[in-house]
Amino acid sequence: MMMWQRIVRNLLGGPVTEAGPKPADEALAELAARVDGAARALLGRSLAIREVDAGSCNGCELEVNALSGPHYDLERFGLRFVASPRHADVLLVTGPVTRNMRHALLRAYAATPSPKWVVAAGDCAANCGVFAGAGGVVGRVADVIPVDLHIAGCPPSPRQLLAGLVALLETPGRSSAAGVASK
Amino acid sequence: MRRNIDTDAWRFLLAEPDWELVGLWAEPGRVHLLRRIGADLDHVSLDCTASYPSVSAVRPSAVRLERAIHDLWGLVPEGLGDRRGWLRHDKEYDFLPVEGDGIHQVPVGPIHAGVIEPGHFRFHVQGETVVRLEQRLGYVHKGIERHMEGKTPAEAARLAARISGDSTVAHSLAFARAVEAALGQEVPPRAVFLRALMAELERVANHFGDVGAICNDAAFAFIHAQCQMLREETLRTADALFGHRLMMDRVVPGGVAQDLGDAGKLRRFIAAARPRFAEVVAVYDDKPSLDDRTNTTGITRKALVDRFAAGGYVGRAAGRAHDARKNPGYPPYEALSFEVPVFEAGDVNARVWVRIREIEESLKLLEQILDRLPAGPIAAALPERAGEGLALAEGFRGEILCWVRLDEAGRIARCHPRDPSWFQWPLLEAAIEDNIIADFPLCNKSFNCSYAGHDL
Repeated sequence: MMMWQRIVRNLLGGPVTEAGPKPADEALAELAARVDGAARALLGRSLAIREVDAGSCNGCELEVNALSGPHYDLERFGLRFVASPRHADVLLVTGPVTRNMRHALLRAYAATPSPKWVVAAGDCAANCGVFAGAGGVVGRVADVIPVDLHIAGCPPSPRQLLAGLVALLETPGRSSAAGVASK
Repeated sequence: MRRNIDTDAWRFLLAEPDWELVGLWAEPGRVHLLRRIGADLDHVSLDCTASYPSVSAVRPSAVRLERAIHDLWGLVPEGLGDRRGWLRHDKEYDFLPVEGDGIHQVPVGPIHAGVIEPGHFRFHVQGETVVRLEQRLGYVHKGIERHMEGKTPAEAARLAARISGDSTVAHSLAFARAVEAALGQEVPPRAVFLRALMAELERVANHFGDVGAICNDAAFAFIHAQCQMLREETLRTADALFGHRLMMDRVVPGGVAQDLGDAGKLRRFIAAARPRFAEVVAVYDDKPSLDDRTNTTGITRKALVDRFAAGGYVGRAAGRAHDARKNPGYPPYEALSFEVPVFEAGDVNARVWVRIREIEESLKLLEQILDRLPAGPIAAALPERAGEGLALAEGFRGEILCWVRLDEAGRIARCHPRDPSWFQWPLLEAAIEDNIIADFPLCNKSFNCSYAGHDL
C-alpha cells in the first residue's frame, strides 16, 4: 500500500529529474580537435558506454553510478551503460592504470568495435592524480590507449560527468542534443 | 604500545586460545601483529630477515595478508602452503582444483558487467549450484603504502583519503588519528565532533546506496530509485556543509580542513529523510517477492564470522556485535547515545536490516552531534617529530586499522591501512557455497567489499 501511495504522490508531484547541463565548452573543444565528424554522424545520438575501472579508488564509480539515478537519469540523453565492450561505442575509463589492470584495459579496448571513443574520467585517469609515481601504477589512461575526451574532477561530480558525456552527442552543425533531451 | 618480541614468544602468542586478528603487516625486516583480547589491543613485532612463523594456521584470516606481505616485502610465512602471489600478478595463477560430476567453471572479471571495481571471481558450479567460489584480487593495487613514504602527514592524508573512495572519511579519520597518536597530539573538541558528523553522514549515504543496490539485484526497482534519491540528497547535504559531496580531504591530521556550513540544511535533510526512509523500510518489510530473494540467501555462520573477526554489517548480521566506536571506543562517541544493531541469521536479509537500523541510529547521532557541537578552533598544528601510533575507526563497512611511523622530520616512514574488506572478502566465498550462481550478485552486493581498499 505504502509503495502505491508513494508512486501516486511522485506521479502527481512531477519528476525529480533535473534539467541536464549544457555540454562543457572544454569538452566540445577537445572533441572538435580530436574526433572525426564522420564517426560522430555514424554513431549518432545514442551511445552505449562500457565503464572500465583501471585502478580507481572507487570514488569515480560512485559518481558514475549516480548518473543512473532519478536526479540525473542518464538514459534520457540516449546514453546507457552496457555490460560488454563488444556492445559499446564509448569506453569510460577511471583511475590511474595499474600494472595489474593494463592488460584488461587493452583487451577491453580491442574488444570495442570501431568507431569508438575513449573518455578518461577523473583526475587520476588524466594525470594519475595523487598516485603519480606509485609503484603499481603504469601511467595515465592516455599512456595505454588513445583518449578522446577528459573529464576533470576528484571525483568529477555527476553534473561534470554529464556535461562531458553530452558533448559526445553534439554533431557539428546540428542542434544541441542535450538541449532537446532536457526539455 | 608495541612490544618487539622473539620467535619463541611469537609462537607462544600464536598458540594462545582467545584472541582476534586485527592486523598483520610488515616493513623491511619486521612483521607486526595486532591482536584483540577482550577489550584490549596487543601490538607485537618480530624482527626477521627472511621468514617468520605463519599466523594462518591458527587464524585463517591471515592467509591473504601473508601472501600480500610476501609480495610486498619478500618475507616468507613459514608453514603457509599457499605461496601464490596475491597483489603481484606477474606469474601464471592456478585456481584451486575442483573435481566431481558435471562440474564446470565460470570465470568472471576482472572487468565486471556493472559499474563496479575490478576483480576476478572463479566459480566452480554443478548445474546452477556454486560448489566453490575463489576470488582473485589485487587488480587495482597501486602501491599506496610505499607511495606514502617520505611524505608529510598532510600530503599522505590525501592518499589515505583515496584508499577507498566510499570510505574516504573513515580512512582519513583512521590515518589522522594514527598520526595524532604517534605525536601525542590532541585535537580541538569542535574538530572531534565535526569528524563524527562527517563519518555518520558517510555511513548514511553508503547504507542508503547499499539498501537500494541490494534490492535492485533482487529486481526491485522501486526501492532502488527511492534509495538513490536519498543517497543523492545526502551527498548534496554533505556538499553544502563541507564543500565536497564525498567529504574528501576534509578530515586531516590535527583536525578538519573545513568548518561546517549551514547546519540548518542538515537538520532539514534529517527531518525529510527519516519519514521517507521509513516508507521504504515498510515496503521492504512487506514484499514477499523480496523476502523470497533475501531470506536464507548467502548465509555466514557466527562461528566463521568470529573466526575471521569480520566487522561491520557482515559481522553484525551474524551475531558479532563488534563496533570500533564502542570497543575500544573513541571520542566523541562515549558522549553520544546510540545502539549497535545485531541480527543473528547471517543472510542477505540480516545484512539489509543491519544497514536499515544503522541509518536510523546515525540520523539520531547526527542530531546529537549538532546539538552538542562545541565552539572553537577546528585544527591544531602538528609538531614535526618522530613517533609511532595506531588507531581504529568504524567505517560504514566495519573497523579500519591504521598504523603509522613518522621519522625524525615528522614524515611518513611507514604506514599500513587495513580495510575491513580483508576479513569480509573470504567470508563471501563461504556465503555463496551451495547457493545458485544467479544469487551471487545479490550476495556480493550485500557484502559490498572494497576492492581498492583491499588492493591498496
